[in-house]
Amino acid sequence: MSTRALRRHITSRIMTGLVIVLSFTAVLALFLILGNLIIKGASSLDWAFFTKSPVPAGQSGGGVANAIVGTGIVVGLAAIIGVPLGVGAGMYLAEYGSGRLGWLVRFIADVLNGTPSIVIGIVGWTFIVRPTSRFSAVAGAVALAILMIPMLARTTEEMVRLVPHSLREAALALGYPRWRTSLKIVARTALGGIVTGSLVGIARVAGETAPLLFTALGNLNFSVHITQPIQTLSLQIYVYATGPFEEWHRLAWASALVLMGLVLIISLVARWVTRQRYGRIR
Amino acid sequence: MKLASDSRTVGPSDRAAQVSQTVRPSDRPTPVLESRAYNFWYGTNHALHDISMGIPRRAITALIGPSGCGKTTFLRSINRMHDLTPGARHTGEILLDGASIFGPGTDVVTLRRRIGMVFQRPNPFPKSVYDNVAYGPRLNALAHARELPDRVERALRQAALWEEVADRLREPGTALSGGQQQRLCIARALANEPELLLMDEPCSALDPIATQRIEELLVELKKSYTIVIVTHNMQQAARVSDYTGFFYVGNLVEFGVTQQLFTRPSDERTEAYITGRFG
Repeated sequence: MSTRALRRHITSRIMTGLVIVLSFTAVLALFLILGNLIIKGASSLDWAFFTKSPVPAGQSGGGVANAIVGTGIVVGLAAIIGVPLGVGAGMYLAEYGSGRLGWLVRFIADVLNGTPSIVIGIVGWTFIVRPTSRFSAVAGAVALAILMIPMLARTTEEMVRLVPHSLREAALALGYPRWRTSLKIVARTALGGIVTGSLVGIARVAGETAPLLFTALGNLNFSVHITQPIQTLSLQIYVYATGPFEEWHRLAWASALVLMGLVLIISLVARWVTRQRYGRIR
Repeated sequence: MKLASDSRTVGPSDRAAQVSQTVRPSDRPTPVLESRAYNFWYGTNHALHDISMGIPRRAITALIGPSGCGKTTFLRSINRMHDLTPGARHTGEILLDGASIFGPGTDVVTLRRRIGMVFQRPNPFPKSVYDNVAYGPRLNALAHARELPDRVERALRQAALWEEVADRLREPGTALSGGQQQRLCIARALANEPELLLMDEPCSALDPIATQRIEELLVELKKSYTIVIVTHNMQQAARVSDYTGFFYVGNLVEFGVTQQLFTRPSDERTEAYITGRFG
């Protein structure tokens, strides 16, 4: 081997080693968090944890069933409100948004994307909680939806833009009106990406605490009324982790583990959908 | 209508050479499509200058010329694919069966159903082979649901693809080979039973074998369809077409019977191009 080839070989090895070390460092944080949660939280996971509501402070036992159900309700409502609006906005941006209005919508979405989530919570409080004079699951869902919309709009736009122009032309040349081309060909082709984007967006907001502080408020009792204050896992963690009781800390760890697991499951489903995208027929 | 009249008149020495031609100037069919002094601009770029030509029925018309000379632009004008291009405008007329394609009575959706198009790269929808072909008839309600399978089969047979995909109709169209995909796109266009089939360099992304199959197919198809094909491949134009138009910097330099245009071009630019002096 010539000197030059040897030098290249060695440089290649060093660089490869370096990036391996760096990627391990990056992933390490995730494993530390997950490991810590499992060590501190897993022991508290039992049947009661998932089925019982909290007991008065100081007593032991009880669970976070109210928070798990509440998370489902708030995030579900947020998805019902946010996904159609976000995906619709994204479709508009990609298909028709080349003009001034498109530019404006895109700009606002980007600003909204960078807005601290607590500000969104205050917005929810100002526009929903104060006029209706009550904290509610709906208010929390709206706040989460507002967080979700710009995210979904931009991912949907990216996904729709990935659809090859030739497919659009093929549909138009077959005599498809433009709106039908957008809906039947473009949206259908981008569907996998849009679903993935939506799931990632849902997973993102499922862990939010700040926007819910002034809107959903939290509730120590089991409640499924969407016009009443409601508990979510994130709020539960916030209250329990900052509280003075050992029992609360224990439950906070377990709640954190459950929340993490929930987000993980949604992400895995998103991954699975993405993989299905290419083999899909009809 | 201007056809071979644009080229030099056929001399006696050419007669022998033309016996093998399917179409002789004497039995020249009436044009399906006629372009009259058609001009086209992309913004300020004057892309097509006074294009006047008639596309004869049940024949293959090839449009040749160097890149960027307006062949594809003209082709795409015919089914109004420029409608959505920002800054595009035109003057002059294009008539399909005597009616202006730009006229207020012409619906662009109906027009595109009557004029099929096959693109440079195969672009099947990410759906099954069957659905790809059924797409047009389904939309245009051309066939009852129970006739649809027949119609799909007929289109696939016409595109010489049926034998290869008969047992793979439910597989995704994108899983076929490049040449098969292109024939699938041809079948998709034929399923609408168009009056005119536009093909924009349909073989440029294919290997020689697949190209040959498509060329054979074209010759077969012209028995029932009118075909306009843009090609960079002069041999291809010479092999398959009955009429050839030579485009150069946005002008239709010469248009006439293929045999004649290739053997005795009347314009020196045509001659320079077909003899390979530029392009």
